[in-house]
Amino acid sequence: MDVPLKWLAQYVDWDLTVEALAHRLSMAGAEVESIKRSGGAWEHVVVGRVEAVEPHPNADRLRLATVEHGGNEPLQVVCGAPNLAAGQTIAFAQVGAALIDPSTREPRKLRKGKIRGVTSMGMICSERELGLSDEHEGILVLDTDAALGTPLADVLGDVVLDIKPTPNRPDHFSILGIAREVAALTDGAVREPLDSYPEAPASAGDRTSVQIDDPEGCPRYTAILIEGVRVGPSPQWMQDALSSAGMRPINNIVDSTNYVMLEWGQPLHAFDFGVLRERRIVVRRARAGEQLALLDGSNIELQPDDLVIADAERAVALAGIMGGAESEISDDTTTILLETANFQEASIRRSRARHTETGTEASRRFEKSLNPELCELAARRAAALIIETAGGQALSGIVDAYPGKKHIPQVVVGQPRIEQILGLLPSVETTRGILTALGISNRWLPPNRYSVSCPPWRSDINVPDDVVEEIGRIIGYDNLPSEPLPGAVPEHDIDPERILSERIRDVLSGLGLREIITYAAVSADELDAVSPDGGSPSIQLQNPMNTERDRMRTSLRPWGLRTFGLNQRESRGGLALFEVGKVFLPNPGGLATERRMLLALIGGDLSPSMHGGEQRPLDFYDAKGVLEQLGHGVGAEFAIAQHAADAALSPGQSASVTVAGQSVGVIGRVEPAVASQFNAEGDVFALELSISELAPLIGGAVTVASPSVYPAAVEDLALIVDESLPAGELEAAIRGNGLVEDVELFDVYSGEPIADGSKSLAFRVHYRSPDRTLSERDVEKARRGIVRRLASQFGAELRDS
Amino acid sequence: MALEVDLDGLESEARSALATANDADALEDWRVDWLGRRGRLTTVLRGVRDLPVEQRPAIGAGANRLKGELESALAARQAELVAAETDGPTIDVTLPGRRPPLGSLHPVTLTRRTMERTFRDLGFDVVEGPDIELEEYNFDRLRIPAGHPARDMWDTIWIADDDSGGPRQLLRTHTSPMQIRYLERREPPIRVIVPGACYRYEATDATHEWMLTQIEGLVIDQDLSFAHLKGTLEAFVRRMFGGEIETRFRCDYFPFVEPGAELGVRWQGDWLEVLGCGMVHPEIIEDAGLDSSRYTGFAFGMGVERVAMLQYGVRDIRHFYRNDVRFLREFDRFRGSA
Repeated sequence: MDVPLKWLAQYVDWDLTVEALAHRLSMAGAEVESIKRSGGAWEHVVVGRVEAVEPHPNADRLRLATVEHGGNEPLQVVCGAPNLAAGQTIAFAQVGAALIDPSTREPRKLRKGKIRGVTSMGMICSERELGLSDEHEGILVLDTDAALGTPLADVLGDVVLDIKPTPNRPDHFSILGIAREVAALTDGAVREPLDSYPEAPASAGDRTSVQIDDPEGCPRYTAILIEGVRVGPSPQWMQDALSSAGMRPINNIVDSTNYVMLEWGQPLHAFDFGVLRERRIVVRRARAGEQLALLDGSNIELQPDDLVIADAERAVALAGIMGGAESEISDDTTTILLETANFQEASIRRSRARHTETGTEASRRFEKSLNPELCELAARRAAALIIETAGGQALSGIVDAYPGKKHIPQVVVGQPRIEQILGLLPSVETTRGILTALGISNRWLPPNRYSVSCPPWRSDINVPDDVVEEIGRIIGYDNLPSEPLPGAVPEHDIDPERILSERIRDVLSGLGLREIITYAAVSADELDAVSPDGGSPSIQLQNPMNTERDRMRTSLRPWGLRTFGLNQRESRGGLALFEVGKVFLPNPGGLATERRMLLALIGGDLSPSMHGGEQRPLDFYDAKGVLEQLGHGVGAEFAIAQHAADAALSPGQSASVTVAGQSVGVIGRVEPAVASQFNAEGDVFALELSISELAPLIGGAVTVASPSVYPAAVEDLALIVDESLPAGELEAAIRGNGLVEDVELFDVYSGEPIADGSKSLAFRVHYRSPDRTLSERDVEKARRGIVRRLASQFGAELRDS
Repeated sequence: MALEVDLDGLESEARSALATANDADALEDWRVDWLGRRGRLTTVLRGVRDLPVEQRPAIGAGANRLKGELESALAARQAELVAAETDGPTIDVTLPGRRPPLGSLHPVTLTRRTMERTFRDLGFDVVEGPDIELEEYNFDRLRIPAGHPARDMWDTIWIADDDSGGPRQLLRTHTSPMQIRYLERREPPIRVIVPGACYRYEATDATHEWMLTQIEGLVIDQDLSFAHLKGTLEAFVRRMFGGEIETRFRCDYFPFVEPGAELGVRWQGDWLEVLGCGMVHPEIIEDAGLDSSRYTGFAFGMGVERVAMLQYGVRDIRHFYRNDVRFLREFDRFRGSA
């Protein structure tokens, strides 16, 4: 909303700089987004008066003007304007002023000069030289009683505050609404605009009628009839006011309605009464197939949901948005019907979206939900302005169809509540002063209460705390006290999934992986790609940001792999990423099941191009190492079993991950055919865990083992087993012995002299007791037990060393 | 007595003696001979005061310089001998080191954790809520019914109707629905924050993303006032941005609070909006089954990415979810503890 300060000053005075005024308004809730200045700085350009005009001695087309400019001596200037005359008040540019050069359109400094032998000590300006317009046929004659020598900027220029209203304050879409804010913020008072006019004896109600078929869509419709208007240009002050607020002047009738819309925030519309069939108004929903030619020249086909203003036969306006072309005010119009109505915001919003691109000044205001009580105030004001600017006479009374009239509640707020919410108690005088300046009528109910009611231009004073806000924001939030929270700290929830998620982030970032956070929306194709054997159903978005990615992710894989691929090009050597995030599973009839997942992806080379260092591709066992360290780091006993039933992973290089026999995820090489769909190249290894399933399986009471003070005995154990036997099973069996503290697999060998179909596995076994030093016999006994068990369970043979 | 001092001669004599010292004992003997309390150079230095006045400065300065040089030469000879005694070859210490990988937390995680920790220090609980919400919780119960002008403040991404006849669902546009959900299961005193992802149907540019992370806060107890809102949020901002930060509270509008406000901080000369806040609307307190004349409180919400942009000087919000490793690597130096 553009608020020109000259217009604002008609209703309220203030003694603040523009910046200070804008700051106070913003702090109180009417946010000033920018301060725009019309006109230039116009330094050294002042108000002057032409005292005398004489012919130029050496040129027919030039004359000499003596200009009084508030300085000591009048100055003589050479001027070629045909409209120059003695007695004119003009814009006088002194030597040194920067004026717009007509050829370059850039400012140029004015110098003292001789024109045809006569010295010229300045210039009388046209609009073009001031940068106001391209007008340069004559000089600009000012209509001002400002003292000579007053800077032109004080007279001609204007400052416009661009205010961004919040949705609860449609009154901030009006100059008067802002004036009330200024009054309250500066201990001032608003000068209410005039809204009285003489009425003819004949009654408007006898000449027309208003019928509302849809009271929900139109809670109120008022009509005033004005006869004998002469349509023509509106007066200059009105045109200037509209232009300064960004609206184009049209004619005195339309300009008056627009003026009142900007002044009060209530849109109005004037119909050519003579064009209305049966001279009456019907507010109804459109008929199927009904057409309407609008003021902007467009032709629309109305929908049955559109609210229209109609006469006895056809639609004549799209309610609250735009008038129709046929009933438009024309030069021949003599009688007008002035509409001031209230329309339901949702209905206006639907029609606006259907028929216009950006809406209109009217629809923007109706969409903010106006108070129907405002209609009458605005109607009377507009009638007064129309009669002032276009002549004519109003028939008596207002035709007022008001099916949506509501009781206006008195809001009673006590001083204790004000103090309870604001933390301080302003005086009765301060409180009532604020409310009165805002136009909120108020009474003092002894001993400690106020009774107030919501004014017609607002709808947001309904409960006591609404009044408290008015007082608090005008006093200024920065002037309210500040205190720490009192009282006991409340009990806290424990969320094991949340705690585990954070722990996983810490462990994995500590292991050198980088955390990523990706989007929650994916495409159905992407989900299919990461679940080649058929994925689970997903939740579909009605209006996704990207029409292809219209599913909520059921897997972290698509964005994870895509991010991996994106980074491969730029990362020299290995890449290790992880994400901890939610996936969303449909739950028909209820809210989605949201599960927390971990996806870690690694690939590329370990320590690339490093002198003397180990250089090899990262492989399955690097991923598994991450899993094992993660297990240590979060206290989970991960077990893995050959082959995950997951078609996105290579069958020979994948495993299921379980804790206490329950599946919690998978690990393995991503099938190159899957990875390549996301532009991830080479071997990528994935670790995917369900944090939601893992969280309940870990935690609980922890007893940290005390290190044994007795020495360990270490022995190597080489075993020959069937080649297909997973080493993990053998290792687990060795660990099953009570004296075994730790086992490391340090060699895997097949080939000569081991028989075909067999392999040799060499383990280093650490034996230790918590309560004694083990003897050789103890160790031997334990070893024998282990070998016996491995022989019977797996057919393992000791290899002769 | 005039003393002729041949400093050059002394130096060459000392250096050749040093070159023949081949073990630690010999080095110690040399040090005692030359630099010890009765060493030859020490003696020269002591004798300077007996020199004619005009000779003292030149000889004194020269002798002191020589003392420093001989000390350096001794240290170098010691290092040579130590190196000669070890077995291995001398390595080029300027070759690059082998770097263990340094992982990183995502900047949004880092900032979220700092914010959470700050509120936890102030006694706040931390809970999360669903990303996919009921329209009722995201809007209606927060006093934003269908058709309300304030709904325009949040451009919404809706869940497609699955024909199950269930209520309308959406991607939550803010974390505020958790105010209602938390109130359903907890009694005052309430002091909680809710971090989580939110979604807006909004074109992305340098300052807007369609997915964002918010932290919501709710505090309800007996007789809490706007003064407690100010005190709490000022404390948060001071801990987050440093004690010198300037703050201001501006009137703003959110349907579920009254009075409503926006907290701004002065950042590099400009006022920047950091969070929206206000006193919890009495209807929300009554809807939770509480007496709004007794229980009052405040709520607030802020964007984590926005704060992260301030903290780390990130100019384009789109960097966060693009996850370019070159960007993520910049955060190696930060370790945000949970």
